Amino acid sequence: MSIELELRHDGPVLDLTATLPAGEITALLGPSGSGKTSILRAIAGLLRLDHERVKVGGEIWSDSARNQHLPARLRQVGFVSQNYALFPHLTVLGNVETALLALPPNERRERARNCLDLAQIAGLDDRFPRELSGGQKQRVALARAIAREPRVLLLDEPFSAVDRTTRKQLYVELLCLHERIAATMVLVTHDLDEAAQLASHLCLVQDGRLLQAGPAREVLARPRSEAAARLLDMANFFDGNLEAADGPRAVLRWGPHVLRARHPGPVLGTARWSIAPGNVLLVRPDKPWSGHLENPVDATVAELIPLGSEALVWLTPEGLPDLRLQMRLPLRALTRFPLRPEQVVTVCLRGADLVIFADGVQLRRPASTDI
Amino acid sequence: MDWQTINLSLKLATATLIVLLPLAIGVGYGLAVTRWRAKPWIEGLLALPLVLPPTVIGFYLMIAMGGQSWLGQWYERLAGSTLAFSFNGLVVASVIFNIPFAVQPIQRAFEGIAPDIREAAQCCGLTFRQAFTRIELPLAWPGILSAAVMSFAHTLGEFGVVLMVGGNIPGETKTVAIAIYDRAQAFDLAAAGSMSLMLLAISLVTIAVSYGYVERLMRRRRA
Repeated sequence: MSIELELRHDGPVLDLTATLPAGEITALLGPSGSGKTSILRAIAGLLRLDHERVKVGGEIWSDSARNQHLPARLRQVGFVSQNYALFPHLTVLGNVETALLALPPNERRERARNCLDLAQIAGLDDRFPRELSGGQKQRVALARAIAREPRVLLLDEPFSAVDRTTRKQLYVELLCLHERIAATMVLVTHDLDEAAQLASHLCLVQDGRLLQAGPAREVLARPRSEAAARLLDMANFFDGNLEAADGPRAVLRWGPHVLRARHPGPVLGTARWSIAPGNVLLVRPDKPWSGHLENPVDATVAELIPLGSEALVWLTPEGLPDLRLQMRLPLRALTRFPLRPEQVVTVCLRGADLVIFADGVQLRRPASTDI
Repeated sequence: MDWQTINLSLKLATATLIVLLPLAIGVGYGLAVTRWRAKPWIEGLLALPLVLPPTVIGFYLMIAMGGQSWLGQWYERLAGSTLAFSFNGLVVASVIFNIPFAVQPIQRAFEGIAPDIREAAQCCGLTFRQAFTRIELPLAWPGILSAAVMSFAHTLGEFGVVLMVGGNIPGETKTVAIAIYDRAQAFDLAAAGSMSLMLLAISLVTIAVSYGYVERLMRRRRA
């Protein structure tokens, strides 16, 4: 069931139109306070907005223009909130059975146990929520959410209250569950890694507005705006000049450097561009590269900080003394090829990794019309 | 020991609870889950018995239940007797002066239920009635119990309003608090003392047992 959304609200601002694909996991990614949870609650019918239109698989759940609003209890949604919201006075089994009150008691119990099996939390039927760990609570909340066989499963930062190890395990379990129940899932998160690992579709949200939406791989590789790129943790933002376009290729002049890049659209001129620190490739001088390097740039090491299993290196590109290019390297690479400040190195900025922002290109008048 | 007055006080406290508790649950829930401009005024009105002298409340209730008022006349037509200076009148007065003792703990208990619990109930497909009986009421139970105990104990000990509205009719409106005053005025200090001790013991045991139970319940839920 695909979800078509049109949401508008004044104070706090929400302005978003998007279609979330059927049967996939869509991540709503954005910083805290960007309106992700409001979007989820609007889909669930828990929040009324100034203007809202929520259509799920051809069925309209809410349409403020027609004064139509299906109550939350009648929408086929499963909702897992950040704190799980388990009913504290009911046991694990009681919590799941509460979502199945429409069924006769015998059937209810059997179905609740099946859901607990699916969520991998069988055997704790008689425990109360206070007797469960964070991961167990999350599984019970998931079992309760899938009990009504929802068409849409909404997950509001469901992994934020569990430790890193449990989180990794829960990721795998969620993906397995998604394969088995084939529901459309919407996951709210501010964790980029989580979104990248779980979602096949990505919506970047900031200040209540949609920055970009699309298949996760595409959005992660090619953010369309600087704001989207910053949300995706890209660190290098520079101004360049799109000098010439030749089919799908363009030439980006960056100070004294000429970089070959993908053409962002039918415009030329000053362009804002970026490259992820992990995509800045260090060229080892002991390798026989000769002329095969793509967009080589000479630079001087300005600063080097080891950070966990990797190192952050800031480089000053040749001819651009005021700029800093950030590079991220695995620490083991530094043991093989040590770097020190003031050392001159060559890095490679591959054309496919250069992201030229469509909204950052300013149109330049053709030379013939210049006065 | 004047057992008749003690029995009457227990009967009054029980009758008050039976009438007041459902009302207080409805009003407390309504105040907890809604937000409207006049709400502080309603809350203020319901809290008045806490700050007004009992004689003031008693005076207004006596006037309202008297033969000159529409309520008094209506009741007299219906029951054939006056509402003021009757046991039923005492129940009405007792319900009114106990409103803050019942409504406030219940309102706080409903306010204490996290909004995401209510939303989870909705997303589980529960109707309003199902959510109220299966989720809200059990979670608000410690507050409801506190309200019941406070109202019960307060009714047992109330003096001013009872005297103003009910007077001192043995077997009808003479509660244990009135009897203690009566005995003390007659210098029968032994009788006044034994009844006071009995009232003190009943109130202390009721409150202590309920506090202990509520605390255990809350600790078990929090753990």
